[in-house]
Amino acid sequence: MNPELKQALVDYLLAMADDELILGHRNSEWCGHAPILEEDIAFANIALDEIGHAIVWYELAADVLGEERDTYANRMVYFRDAPDYRNAQMVELPKGDWAFTMLRQYLFDQFEMVRLEKLTQSSYTPLAEAAAKICTEEIYHLRHTQAWVRRLGLGTEESNRRMQTALNELMRYYEQLFSPSLADTLLFEANIVPFQTELMVHTLELIVPFLVEANLIPPRGSNFVGPNDVIYRHEHTEHLNDLLSNLQQVARLDPMAKW
Amino acid sequence: MYGATVDPIEDIRSDEEKLAEFEARIARGEKIEPGDWMPEEYRRQLIRMISQHAHSEVVGMLPEGAFITRAPNLRRKLILIAKVQDEGGHGQYLYHAAETLGATREEMLEALLSGKAKYSSIFNYPTLSWADMGAIGWLVDGAAILNQTMLAKCSYGPYARAMVRICAEENFHRRQGQDIVITLALGTPEQKAMMQDSINRWWWPTLMMFGPHDTDSPNSAVLIRWGIKTKTNDELRQSFVDQTAPELMALGLTIPDPNLYYDETSGHWHFGEIDWDEFWNVVKGNGPCNAERMATRRQAHEDGLWVREAMAAYAEKDQS
Repeated sequence: MNPELKQALVDYLLAMADDELILGHRNSEWCGHAPILEEDIAFANIALDEIGHAIVWYELAADVLGEERDTYANRMVYFRDAPDYRNAQMVELPKGDWAFTMLRQYLFDQFEMVRLEKLTQSSYTPLAEAAAKICTEEIYHLRHTQAWVRRLGLGTEESNRRMQTALNELMRYYEQLFSPSLADTLLFEANIVPFQTELMVHTLELIVPFLVEANLIPPRGSNFVGPNDVIYRHEHTEHLNDLLSNLQQVARLDPMAKW
Repeated sequence: MYGATVDPIEDIRSDEEKLAEFEARIARGEKIEPGDWMPEEYRRQLIRMISQHAHSEVVGMLPEGAFITRAPNLRRKLILIAKVQDEGGHGQYLYHAAETLGATREEMLEALLSGKAKYSSIFNYPTLSWADMGAIGWLVDGAAILNQTMLAKCSYGPYARAMVRICAEENFHRRQGQDIVITLALGTPEQKAMMQDSINRWWWPTLMMFGPHDTDSPNSAVLIRWGIKTKTNDELRQSFVDQTAPELMALGLTIPDPNLYYDETSGHWHFGEIDWDEFWNVVKGNGPCNAERMATRRQAHEDGLWVREAMAAYAEKDQS
């Protein structure tokens, strides 16, 4: 692999890893605070899976770079500052209410399923294999979050109102998951990753009818707005700093110490 | 709720005869099962204990849960999430075990949120540093295991079986705590100081977990007679000190008790007197975090109200 392509692949893997890590972090904030005990358990499990998937992607990036897996993963998580994180803004937003949390997880899961299915065809075998493995777990997340979207969309007037509010808020950020970078073009040409626009089309084909069936109206119909809205992956909301100061607090007390 | 169903064949024996048979079964080491006849007091004590135990698991998610987002590396983070999740799972089994006696989840939750039901006082102490994850795992879970190992042999079948399963998981929790304590005790001077501070704060509250002296424990006699408890509070507390004190000291940690020494004649560790004023004060709701823990539980319950209403409304629509 030429150095440019290698770097593009590492950036792609880091963006995937950061998305999962930060989403897992937000989900883990519910542990002990969920609306029913069964969800304290189920949602902690989803958080655990997301962070586990993040580790898979960090380690794959370490392999590409020839670095030691565990050291690299921990360095990426605990010793990068916000501008170096590559997660989408959608996952760093505060957990909000149960409607916001569940809808975010559903939108992310559906996007992720579409991407993972494509990634199983990747010409880079380690990526294809990891995607296939993660797919088997994501199916359960998607089932779980779909059930909640339906329940809350169709439940009471209040639950529907909260879901619609969450949807209006989240759709502003959702598009960023599909915005391509220059590096993505290199990877696409090498058949390593799918084309971002293709992912968007497929994802929207799945989520729009599903949301409508749950009595929710996707804002602006089934389209995102034009290129003026593009948010780059190094751009973050003010929430990421707060999140990282919490996440990295203990590890940074003594970076050389073993914990 | 099958504990509340009535046997279709009427049992015409007198209560004295039934009680004699019940006690004979316990003496033979048989398990009492949900549909079996049992004295009302046995049922009442079990519901009290099991629901209290379930509440402890659920409230117990909070002090450690507060460190999930701050765990210092990815491995510790995954383990801590899994551990706190296990505690939720234990709460769930235990609520089910109490339901076999006729209590409902709603009643039990209501009793917790109104402050009527108790939970383990240990969770009314704050978690102030990462080292507390070690102390809770090793000391608090270690103490809980001694109690639960005894309860795994108790006379009520569903409680005993829940305990067998819970103990297996608690042993992992204890081991992860021990691993944190060892890492910090053998780490940098700052880490060791952090660990020592944590032991200083958690040692006495852990000893209090076993409850009052046997002479001051109003429920002990009947619980032992009916095979719910098979050891006294003081016996369990002594086993804990015998087991844990030398292990902590071997790591170069000190125990905040000037009266602690190994007594060669008895073969046990002698320890100082517990501050019972502190104990009763925390039990009565005046510990450092009682108000905060309850406020957090109530907040989660209130915030979840619209969700539970939506679940119920959806379930109804889905059926029609």
